[in-house]
Amino acid sequence: MNLRRVVVTGLGALTPIGNTVPEFWDGLSNGVSGAAPITRFDASLFKTQFACEVKNLNVEDFIDRKEARKMDPFTQYAMIAVDEAMKDSGLDLEKTNLHRAGVIWGSGIGGLKTFQDEVVDFANGDGTPRFNPFFIPKMIADISAGFLSIKYGFKGPNFVTVSACASGTNALIDAFNYIRLGKADIFISGGSEAAVTEAGIGGFNAMKALSQRNEDPKTASRPFDNDRDGFVLGEGAGALILEEYEHAKARGAKIYAELVGGGMTADAHHITAPHPEGEGAANVMKFALEDAGLTPEDIDYVNVHGTSTPLGDVSEVKAIQKVFGEHAYKLNISSTKSMTGHLLGAAGAIEAIASILSVKNGLVPPTINHFTDDENLDSKLNLTFNKAQKREVRAALSNTFGFGGHNCSIIFKKIDE
Amino acid sequence: MSEIAQKVKAIIVDKLGVEESEVTTEASFTNDLGADSLDTVELIMEFEKEFNISIPDDQAEQIGTVGQAISYLEANVK
Repeated sequence: MNLRRVVVTGLGALTPIGNTVPEFWDGLSNGVSGAAPITRFDASLFKTQFACEVKNLNVEDFIDRKEARKMDPFTQYAMIAVDEAMKDSGLDLEKTNLHRAGVIWGSGIGGLKTFQDEVVDFANGDGTPRFNPFFIPKMIADISAGFLSIKYGFKGPNFVTVSACASGTNALIDAFNYIRLGKADIFISGGSEAAVTEAGIGGFNAMKALSQRNEDPKTASRPFDNDRDGFVLGEGAGALILEEYEHAKARGAKIYAELVGGGMTADAHHITAPHPEGEGAANVMKFALEDAGLTPEDIDYVNVHGTSTPLGDVSEVKAIQKVFGEHAYKLNISSTKSMTGHLLGAAGAIEAIASILSVKNGLVPPTINHFTDDENLDSKLNLTFNKAQKREVRAALSNTFGFGGHNCSIIFKKIDE
Repeated sequence: MSEIAQKVKAIIVDKLGVEESEVTTEASFTNDLGADSLDTVELIMEFEKEFNISIPDDQAEQIGTVGQAISYLEANVK
């Protein structure tokens, strides 16, 4: 079967280290941390009192107040990031076959704040159910894709992937496959998350998943460091416009990179702990390479899932070594979560953008906050500690793994004209 | 304008995102003020909350304009 080629023609980012793609890349290149004390609610009784929040955002600059009120923040973030990506793509909706254009978005949780607020309101009442009619349509994760299709008139495939922290990558791989198979020509894809709420922080705290380095939030996300103590919750959105190659060429679109392959596996092991030998993680990278028709030697950069948890970081690096063998030593490996925190369902989307820009700009963003080596990690690996490194990146692979044992890998490559 | 009318208009301006000048007595929520079916349900809920009453569904269905809301509330709020 002849598969069509898929390229990236537009980017949008709303992140804890920058509210646009240029600001995001600037933060990544300079090793900026997005962590700070929580402002969304009073966290003084919580074990973790900091997060990577989106900053200086006035939603009404982007969305009419009446519309914004009907959206949970995770949908507002989606609309704002996609607004940037659509403008960036230069797509003329008048000249686009909207029946061949779709939206596949990703969100790990959906409208957590909406759910929390409505249920708390009910619990505080006398038992009379006074749920807001917008409660359900604001909360459900798929509503983000619904709002996007209404705004842009995209009438092709439309849904949201839910695979925890792999959701964003899952969405991109799904959109990639639909275009490859000829089912559509253009997708708005990516992911968004807004879980910095009492329920989000409290829930992840109960799992002992979050860093509790309250005295120094900026150094809390420290993937691969010996003293890492959990991830830092982030929020925001990443948006990508994926387009069939000939379609993009015909309209003279700017092409960032080619999406050449994706892999998806499950650990089938435990709801939250990674497989001890990193079996699912190794297989997913292997499958992504096979899907792309590439060998390990074709990859120059691996953007890891690397959340800064004690178990996850080690098993992922072991999986990389298993797949890449000797070539692992020639790779640049980095965790941009050291700067952005962990955006859950949006992580795969913003990390895809980081990978694409590393290919385009010839610069690998760093893993910041490295202080002490972890002896469980091979010291000969280049984990791109503390400072960005200039190098040609022919192709970059990005991993995301989610609670539930979901694994996704995706590969972006410099475009061969 | 009665206190009830003032509160009703303020709620409509806030929830429907319309200008105060548009909220005339004759204005229909759906035809003039851009409300959809969910907006209308939300308005009724806000009236219930603000005036601490319960509006039965069959009566809520009869409230389609600003004036009808004000009349209903003036007659039923104690």
